[in-house]
Amino acid sequence: MMTRSDTYDRFAESAGEYGVELTRTTAESLPGTIESVITTPVVGAPLPWDDCSLPEPVPTDPSPAELDAAVTGVSAASLAVADYGSVVLEATPGGGEPVSLFPDEHVVVLREDDIVPDMETAFEWLDEQFRDTGGSAIVATGPSATADMGSLVKGAHGPKEVHAVVVT
Amino acid sequence: MSSESRAAKAAQIRHLLDTEGDAVATNTRGFNRGRYDSVADLEEYQGLKDEARAIKEDAIERLPELIDELTETIEENGGTVYIADDAADANEYVAEVCAERDADRLVKSKSMTSEEIEVNEHLDREGVDVVETDLGEWVLQVAEEAPSHIVAPAIHKSRQDIADLFNERFDPDEPLETAEELTMFAREKLLARIKEADVGMTGANFLAAETGTMALVTSEGNARKTVTVPDTHIAVAGVEKVIPTVEDLRPFVELIGRSGTGQDITSYISLFTPPIDSPAVDFDDPDTPITDGEIDREFHLVLIDNGRLSMREDDDLRETLYCIRCSACSNTCANFQSVGGHAFGGETYSGGIATGWEAGIEGLDTAAEFNDLCTGCSRCVEACPVGIDIPWINTVVRDRINETGDDGFDFLVDGLTPDAEDESSPTLQKRVFGNFETLAKLGSATAPVSNWLGRSRPVGWLLEESLGVDRRRELPAFRRETLVEWADRRDETTPADPERRVALYPDVYTNYMLVERGKAAVRALEALGVAVEVPAAPGTGRPPLSQGMIDTARAKAEGVVEALEPHLEQGRDVVVIEPSDLAMFATDYERLLEPESHRRLADHSYELLEYVYGLLENGGSPDALSVADGEERVAYHSHCQQRTMSLEAHTVAVFEECGYDVTTSDVECCGMAGSFGYKTQYYDLSMDVGEPLAGQLRDADADHVVASGTSCTDQIGDLLGVEPPHPIELLDPGR
Ligand code: SF4
Repeated sequence: MMTRSDTYDRFAESAGEYGVELTRTTAESLPGTIESVITTPVVGAPLPWDDCSLPEPVPTDPSPAELDAAVTGVSAASLAVADYGSVVLEATPGGGEPVSLFPDEHVVVLREDDIVPDMETAFEWLDEQFRDTGGSAIVATGPSATADMGSLVKGAHGPKEVHAVVVT
Repeated sequence: MSSESRAAKAAQIRHLLDTEGDAVATNTRGFNRGRYDSVADLEEYQGLKDEARAIKEDAIERLPELIDELTETIEENGGTVYIADDAADANEYVAEVCAERDADRLVKSKSMTSEEIEVNEHLDREGVDVVETDLGEWVLQVAEEAPSHIVAPAIHKSRQDIADLFNERFDPDEPLETAEELTMFAREKLLARIKEADVGMTGANFLAAETGTMALVTSEGNARKTVTVPDTHIAVAGVEKVIPTVEDLRPFVELIGRSGTGQDITSYISLFTPPIDSPAVDFDDPDTPITDGEIDREFHLVLIDNGRLSMREDDDLRETLYCIRCSACSNTCANFQSVGGHAFGGETYSGGIATGWEAGIEGLDTAAEFNDLCTGCSRCVEACPVGIDIPWINTVVRDRINETGDDGFDFLVDGLTPDAEDESSPTLQKRVFGNFETLAKLGSATAPVSNWLGRSRPVGWLLEESLGVDRRRELPAFRRETLVEWADRRDETTPADPERRVALYPDVYTNYMLVERGKAAVRALEALGVAVEVPAAPGTGRPPLSQGMIDTARAKAEGVVEALEPHLEQGRDVVVIEPSDLAMFATDYERLLEPESHRRLADHSYELLEYVYGLLENGGSPDALSVADGEERVAYHSHCQQRTMSLEAHTVAVFEECGYDVTTSDVECCGMAGSFGYKTQYYDLSMDVGEPLAGQLRDADADHVVASGTSCTDQIGDLLGVEPPHPIELLDPGR
């Protein structure tokens, strides 16, 4: 049986292989931690957890112009998959999808409790979630990438860098 | 095929080898290596493949019901489903949606189904500007070229080619050079197009009926932008993409990237349940927060039949519908690695499975253009994550092409062909290769005159002109005394109290030409305490099968069973020297024979070195064989079908037990593949495929080069100038 911290370590290792940087923090220190890893201009989508909030400099409800100008986008992940280092980004009315997609750097916030060990568990969750809500989500692993131009390049259309902030 | 069309085909292949061959080879081989590494890390690989296969089997079985369920769900969600009979029907619908939305521009993420219906051309005629947003697709759109690979469409272009194209077409301030510069340039250009788009079009890798969720497998993020930015989304997908639930996506998500490009997972697996709950991003109104208004999205799913529902009814083509378009079969294919999809492909699809797709969607004519490029080596079978027997589909389609009559055969020499299946059918070249056994009998009976004739220049010319046997190939030499005759005639040397008894299957090559390896096999087995008989038996039917002559192959199979059954009844094991013949017994015969005959033969047949391995494992002593004398090194090339059956390791283990130091080749196939490399239209391709093998064998710098299959020995003989022996000849105690 994997313990909670094994799961975190496994996630950290797999995500690390894709060049994802990780910072572990508490709910209280979250705003400060986010502030220390963003580059402005920044845009965000509201975090869906009661005890977690974004810091002042991160405005939500962006306009297309703000989205276009932002260097960093901050949004939440509902789930993460340890084996693959993936995060599950739900498409919500709050604009999480464009916020995580347009800026060069994506800061993804997730709760350590929401890291599941494998795809099987993740898809059980997604199946249930989608049956209830008809929702949409992206299973995102590392930054966007392409090899179409002759060698691997990060940031084809989506972010070039991903930074995960994990709330313990 | 007439000699002119053979010459034209050869010229086309040579041209592609010269212009696109290197880029295709580098990229596909990279993907293929990635696949091996990535699946090796996956503990439950086989389990996931079985699961994936089971889901597709079930989904295609229940397809009409699942389509109804999906339609209902999507309509409940607020989207529209249109079922299009064919390409024209689908295009009209898409154009209507665009017209209703007054759309000037549609941005599109990569989709093979949309290539299939040629929607770009249609919309273009209707005045809608279509922009491909996948970087590779966009390169081709700029270059006005067709994709050469189902996953990496611009695989045939090098970085330099793309840089030249962009610099010429867009004339940037600073010439673009690196992959990074090219990517960022494309990103910027495409972002500007996406911002102005009215409609986004995607394909769908999978559609879950229960929730109406579609999965898009991508790495660039362009599919996400295509769906998220404009408020109207049209998805086009073949009807076969429907599976029951979101949970069923899981094995595919774990397999698709690994199988194709060798990535454990692609950057993005989008699971959209459209119309999605994400605000559209209206760049025409740059200052209003996107979250301000109502989310008012429109979604259209165009489900395309275009021949698929008939494929579902077709027992042999049905499996094609299980295909998840991962491209593993292309990347693992030795011929594809050399020429890519511009030679090995049809109107839309390319690679091994393309024959099934093109036959089902476009028709036999299109499939006939490239079907011959599948040599039946079977390396794609284990690569395919849903376990499709791709070579069988190719064989069936070839058989159907044969039935539709002549592709230009030459009546003048018609009388020379042995055993014509029936007069209307395959071309002369196909029939000659398909009836090789008859030629071999004749050749052996008339040796050495036949051998001398075969080497004479006028005969070489005649063979090339009429039959398309390339004159640069050295023809096999027939032996006056066959293996069966030798075995009958020799003094009784059977071990007095044999541990085991075998019937050594005298395949056509061993019996009529490579008699020495047969004798070596008999001596080696006997030295290990086995009683050996060499019964007279017909060829397995492999040559006619590979020419698509299924009835002839079936008749051979029945003859083989008739000859071997008495031996099986007396408790003998069947030992096979030619790996492709064992593959016939083990797998192809399942399609040709009654289940019981097939099982009995398959269960008791062994490849020669697999059998020797078993004998050594069970107490046999390597000292009975010819063991290494000090530091002897062997470079070993296993046969493609032998590798597919996981039988390479046995030969390696036997050599090691006998004290040899072994290196193995890791190319997928030698490039000869039965009669393929003899055909004049494919000679250059066959040599190109063989080159990496020759390189590896040279680099090994071994004391002995050995190979298991006849075609491999022929090919290596031509490549290295020395014909390698079969492993058993090195181990022959009589050596
Ligand atoms: S046939 Fe199999 S290997 Fe080939 S593309 Fe389809 S799923 Fe992949």
